[in-house]
Amino acid sequence: MQGEVGENVSKVDVCGLNVWFKDNHVLKDIKIGIEPNAVTAVMGPSGCGKTTFIRAINRLNELIEGSRTTGEVYIGDENIYSKETDIFDLRRRVGMVFQKPNPFPKSIFDNVAFGPKIHGTDDEKELQRTVETSLKEAALWEEVQGRLKDSALDLSGGQQQRLCIARALAVNPEIILLDEPCSALDPVATAKIEALMRKLAEKYTVIIVTHNMQQAARVSDCTIFLYLGELVEYGITKNVFENPKSELTEKYITGEFG
Amino acid sequence: MKSKSRAKAKKTTRKIKEKIIERLLFASATVSVITTLAILGVLLFEAIGFFRQVSIIEFFTGTKWTPLIQPQHFGVIPLIWGTILVTTIALGVAAPVGLGSAIFLSEYAPDKLRRIVKPVLELLAGVPTVVYGYFALTFITPFLKQNVFLEMIVFNALSAGLVMGIMIIPMISSLSEDAMLAVPQSFREGAYALGARKHEVALRVVIPSALSGIVASFILAISRAIGETMIVSIAGGSTARLTLNPLESIQTMTAYIAQISLGEAPFGSLEYRTIFSVGLTLFLMTLAVNLFGQWVAKRYWKRY
Amino acid sequence: MAVKNVRRSNLTRSIKGVVVYAFCVTTILIGLISLAALLFDTFQDGLPWLSLRFLTNFWSRHPEEAGIVAALAGSIWIIGLTAAFSFPLGVSAALYLEEYASKNWFTSFIRLNIANLAGVPSIVYGILGLGLFVEALALGRSLMAGALTMTLLILPTIIIASQEAIRSVPRAYREGAYALGATPWQVTRGVVLPQAFPGILTGTILALSRAIGEAAPLIVISGLVYVRFVPTGPLDSFTVMPLQIFNWVTLPQPEFRGLAAAGITVLLAVLLSMNSIAIYIRNRYQKRAR
Repeated sequence: MQGEVGENVSKVDVCGLNVWFKDNHVLKDIKIGIEPNAVTAVMGPSGCGKTTFIRAINRLNELIEGSRTTGEVYIGDENIYSKETDIFDLRRRVGMVFQKPNPFPKSIFDNVAFGPKIHGTDDEKELQRTVETSLKEAALWEEVQGRLKDSALDLSGGQQQRLCIARALAVNPEIILLDEPCSALDPVATAKIEALMRKLAEKYTVIIVTHNMQQAARVSDCTIFLYLGELVEYGITKNVFENPKSELTEKYITGEFG
Repeated sequence: MKSKSRAKAKKTTRKIKEKIIERLLFASATVSVITTLAILGVLLFEAIGFFRQVSIIEFFTGTKWTPLIQPQHFGVIPLIWGTILVTTIALGVAAPVGLGSAIFLSEYAPDKLRRIVKPVLELLAGVPTVVYGYFALTFITPFLKQNVFLEMIVFNALSAGLVMGIMIIPMISSLSEDAMLAVPQSFREGAYALGARKHEVALRVVIPSALSGIVASFILAISRAIGETMIVSIAGGSTARLTLNPLESIQTMTAYIAQISLGEAPFGSLEYRTIFSVGLTLFLMTLAVNLFGQWVAKRYWKRY
Repeated sequence: MAVKNVRRSNLTRSIKGVVVYAFCVTTILIGLISLAALLFDTFQDGLPWLSLRFLTNFWSRHPEEAGIVAALAGSIWIIGLTAAFSFPLGVSAALYLEEYASKNWFTSFIRLNIANLAGVPSIVYGILGLGLFVEALALGRSLMAGALTMTLLILPTIIIASQEAIRSVPRAYREGAYALGATPWQVTRGVVLPQAFPGILTGTILALSRAIGEAAPLIVISGLVYVRFVPTGPLDSFTVMPLQIFNWVTLPQPEFRGLAAAGITVLLAVLLSMNSIAIYIRNRYQKRAR
């Protein structure tokens, strides 16, 4: 069941997060609180740790050999790095959409149904309902409703990305992470997804990594600026762009580097 | 609350299920280790029994192998020599033919021709060795006897060696060709720009750069030839003999093992145990060649 | 003076070029002609002996009455049993190494073992089977002992082929599944295996087709060639086609050579069909995945 607007959605509190890949200290002592029901953009030059940061929220960094994480990340009042955490349920609650759309080589229906199935939903009717709801929420239903059994790989890039969003929504998450979701898409597809993100924020907490400053300005309520693994600035987007507190932020915004 | 404990129970059963699956998969992976240990165990166990009756020194240094007739001699050197002789002949065929084919396919042949010829050549590797043995005995030997070596004996090292060489051509040609194709085009272009001709580029630039892959293919082919059984059993003969003349009958380690397995040696007898002592020798020899090959590959492999 | 030398050395170089080219073409021709000679010679000798009678009769001392049915049945039994054992074992081992294993010394040791086992002569596997399955596990010279031996023989090949197929599944699919909260087994079963399956199947069929032509290990295990019955259960004794062919080749009467050639024809026909199936599967699923 989908939650009501604002219900079941908690604040994300990052406390003293450090991430190493072998000897490389990628994230240094990040401390930040992310607002629920808002779109937060994570920005910074290449290599500053943006992707690592969001992957720390669904603990996907642990898939990489040689990674080490210290610190705490609270979703609501639960530290997701504690020993009692069910990491698989965590990843259900925190959905992720990747830079390059990665639908499974299955049918459109099976892609969206994959999540509910692995989390225990067996009933065929319920799966169909969930698939339809998720595809509608991802603004893809009208385009695919007649061909759910077709291969997902036949869709265009923009459609595939919306499919991946639907796939993440199908398991009823609280938080949605998007890693540069539009960088592989054309302007029309990009516009559709940007509109979608604003709508999703009414129900979920949306965190998006982006390279594109105009996109951040268009889409996000709050902006985080990372540089070389450190948190440089965080605030309401309008303020960060028009009145940056840090000199580094200003330099990045005016295009001196990045 | 109720849902929380249900969730926790779900979590634990899932954890147990994952652990069981991981353990089963791990067990399958360890079969390979068990196999190696089993090979060593079986060979050593019976060989030790053998070496209680036959001195190791006589076995490894004796030059007469006559376990099935009186007086019995258990010197394994003639068998080892038979193996080496046939392998050398095979390599003498396969090395130039394989390399020449590789050079042709990688440097001279247009892409379309390559795509047809390469898989056809690889068919040679797919033919069962018993077919090669048949070919050696019924075609090659009569052919050589009629036209070249009129006093040749029917079972001889040369026929077996030649046919074995044909069998291992694709090993050398395919692997060498892969090694040559991996040499960057920029090396060739540099040489052409200096005015080199095609054969000079091939021989002086490509082959030296691909040398470690080529050598690795040779070693692999040698290992295969040492362990081959059917060709030598059918066409090579069953007389363990120390000779430099390839026109005579010889016996390889593998052919001997086959011969005695088809014979009437009773379980546990000394003759039966020769299967294991000769098998151990064969195993150690191929192991040494394989390890050498891996060492060469590691030491000289250039990554482009 | 210098010009004359250059012209002479140009001539030498051109001649060398032609010689090298001619050499290489000759070698290719040697390979191709050998293959053609082998096949032609075999079919020419064997086709006159190929008949329905040949396919349904047992071994006999009289060449006109001899047939290959016992060996054919034995081969089918062996391949069936071997497939049943080696396929699950090989795929499981490959899955463990690619999806579950962490980088420690034992995992490297397992990989090293597999690589080395691939280079052990097939007759040594026969000796292993003799000592372990025939004697120690008291299975006797049975189909079971033979199949277990052949399983160990082709296991490294299946594992390596399966590993390659599994590795070729793009990382993005796995990440997508993990990001949805899938457990390692759910990722393996739901995403990796379906995608890697055609490659795994192709590799297995190719390994089995090589096994069907193998005589050496079964010489040691079975030791029998004068078999006049079709095996009915896994504990029966048996013979296989390559062994029967081997026996016929070594008999002195020339008629048996023809029988051997006919047996080879049957064997090659089986091999060709298996390889064609494997290639068909690979081509069909390579097209679909795109």
